[in-house]
Amino acid sequence: MAQILAASPTCQMRLAKPSSIASSKLWNSVVLKQKKQSSSSKVRSIKVMALQSDNSTINRVESLLNLDTKPFTDRIIAEYIWIGGSGIDLRSKSRTLEKPVEDPSELPKWNYDGSSTGQAPGEDSEVILYPQAIFRDPFRGGNNILVICDTYTPAGEPIPTNKRARAAEIFSNKKVNEEIPWFGIEQEYTLLQPNVNWPLGWPVGAYPGPQGPYYCGVGAEKSWGRDISDAHYKACLYAGINISGTNGEVMPGQWEFQVGPSVGIEAGDHVWCARYLLERITEQAGVVLTLDPKPIEGDWNGAGCHTNYSTKSMREDGGFEVIKKAILNLSLRHMEHISAYGEGNERRLTGKHETASIDQFSWGVANRGCSIRVGRDTEKKGKGYLEDRRPASNMDPYIVTSLLAETTLLWEPTLEAEALAAQKLSLKV
Amino acid sequence: MSALADLINLDLSDSSEKIIAEYIWIGGSGLDMRSKARTLPGPVKDPSELPKWNYDGSSTGQAPGEDSEVIIYPQAIFKDPFRKGNNILVMCDAYTPAGEPIPTNKRHAAAKIFSDPSVAAEETWYGIEQEYTLLQKDIKWPVGWPVGGFPGPQGPYYCGVGADKAFGRDIVDSHYKACLYAGINVSGTNGEVMPGQWEFQVGPTVGIAAADQVWVARYILERITELAGVVLSLDPKPIPGDWNGAGAHTNYSTKSMREDGGYEVIKKAIEKLGLRHKEHISAYGEGNERRLTGKHETADINTFLWGVANRGASIRVGRDTEQAGKGYFEDRRPASNMDPYTVTSMIAETTILWKP
Repeated sequence: MAQILAASPTCQMRLAKPSSIASSKLWNSVVLKQKKQSSSSKVRSIKVMALQSDNSTINRVESLLNLDTKPFTDRIIAEYIWIGGSGIDLRSKSRTLEKPVEDPSELPKWNYDGSSTGQAPGEDSEVILYPQAIFRDPFRGGNNILVICDTYTPAGEPIPTNKRARAAEIFSNKKVNEEIPWFGIEQEYTLLQPNVNWPLGWPVGAYPGPQGPYYCGVGAEKSWGRDISDAHYKACLYAGINISGTNGEVMPGQWEFQVGPSVGIEAGDHVWCARYLLERITEQAGVVLTLDPKPIEGDWNGAGCHTNYSTKSMREDGGFEVIKKAILNLSLRHMEHISAYGEGNERRLTGKHETASIDQFSWGVANRGCSIRVGRDTEKKGKGYLEDRRPASNMDPYIVTSLLAETTLLWEPTLEAEALAAQKLSLKV
Repeated sequence: MSALADLINLDLSDSSEKIIAEYIWIGGSGLDMRSKARTLPGPVKDPSELPKWNYDGSSTGQAPGEDSEVIIYPQAIFKDPFRKGNNILVMCDAYTPAGEPIPTNKRHAAAKIFSDPSVAAEETWYGIEQEYTLLQKDIKWPVGWPVGGFPGPQGPYYCGVGADKAFGRDIVDSHYKACLYAGINVSGTNGEVMPGQWEFQVGPTVGIAAADQVWVARYILERITELAGVVLSLDPKPIPGDWNGAGAHTNYSTKSMREDGGYEVIKKAIEKLGLRHKEHISAYGEGNERRLTGKHETADINTFLWGVANRGASIRVGRDTEQAGKGYFEDRRPASNMDPYTVTSMIAETTILWKP
């Protein structure tokens, strides 16, 4: 009700001329019987929503979903997206706006029922949404949009689960801003069969052959769920997300996409929107998305969110020295970073399966068993970027990106600590 | 088969001026919707251009067999999102051949209230939040719920996304666009707290048009669920126990409430509503006592309580209304199966016309 919309006119009833009426046959609906899916669970049949039926009926729901509203109205639909009480669950709801919008500043703030997401008590339940970034809506098309928001109390304070506000502060710090921090984030994720919570393509009650053939693999016995990865890729490109690539991962049913390079706070916005698109797509496909860092115990890779990072100084001549100094700083704050790098990461960072053990900080060139890896071309050119391999797939990109900037640009260790660490890591800085 | 699809989607505008008008009315239970179609010689802009019609009231529990004709008067036109082109949907209300509104016709009395000069002058705005539940066909268990069992407890589903949290989004999204196309003032949608439950909002709309739009939006929703093979339920408490019910919260404001000093007008209006709590409750939907328990974001049915930002109250006033000193309030009591003609006109009557 906050918007002033033009009210529809009241239609008055008027007497009409006597009509000549033919027979008043009741309209007979053609009841469209959808063919049920395989006899398995009834839950499967919910996919009828977007399904082609095979008999003489057509899918009119699909034509409504794909309706292009532009010819008959300027109004657009905006899907406001926010992060819920667990810090990893995404929520969204939509509203109509009078006309297309270019910039988040043109969008009204909104609110939602925080008591239903574990973010407010029932007697004072309103949580306010501030629009922060706009993307095009690949599901609704036209001028319809997705809006990434963060969350505030009515008094204007960020609520505890709002990690964006603090990150935005860090990224607008002069020192950080001048260094133009770039982030390339490699989001790994696992697809699960619904109801059984077992990975897609895996035999229920059993395991597939050991890891080896699956990484970037192709073929029906090696690659499971490519349609989701490919649909997601195009959806992100359409939406305006800075998606830079995809690949099949080492564990079968696991995939990765990369977002970047993005500057500053954008990285977090783009990754969260990409996660939203991914969960909408898996919802349509009837599979379950998990960002758990170690979905299957044992000799199976976990899922991470390696974060590639560089500053202006690192990208210029002599940058390799700046990178080494940054690594030094990171080594002295290892525990602070680890505690902010995702719940459950200790099940993943074991020292095996291309990870470094969780309580050891290490770095190396081209070494995938390290906390921080520096690429061979960075070493050769003497400038480039570093890859922090510690973050888990369920990390919050606002926290990780801003913490990297803070530790390497704003935080200074004592000289002693620095000297000791340099020795330990054999870093001459 | 493409032949049938081609026929259903046939664009007649090149070959004929004629249009199809789907006349819609409310049946004998007060909640069931009925419709039938007729051909008209050319496109139509205003309900006054449409002929009255009639139907077999004995087949809808609205007339005896020996005198079965019920007359329908066209009241509002919307574009037909299923037939497209110049074809239309026509919302009607029902009368005896002598011109008297039949008992299930709640629109007639509502129209009287809205044409009262004091009410009309106040430009009553309504924003109605229609909640509904989707059920699997044949077994009447919510969509997405395992048959013979329950999903995980409420928490992840409100505005949720993902195959394990959102069941039936295609229906919601196609309904949104269909309503925009039809000319209904749909202002938003969201997934609800109980899985398989959704909500759409219509408004702000002035006077009787609000209810016309809600009824046609319900009709379009039921046409879409028919296509999708699921069952629409407007029952206020579809699953007993620790599962949210379904309501139709009605947001309301008058010209005085929207102007400076409006907050005082709001408080007076809420006071009056408090004095007529029982009358309102009895008109707010069958079965509401199963829903208004004091739990699950409701106020108990025998209690009248209001508060700012309080979702456990009968009437909730938003924080921004309190801060701005003007705005609107939300009556959270109506059930999802309420008749919007009754509810909207009753709120206007109590707050503007009634003297305690």
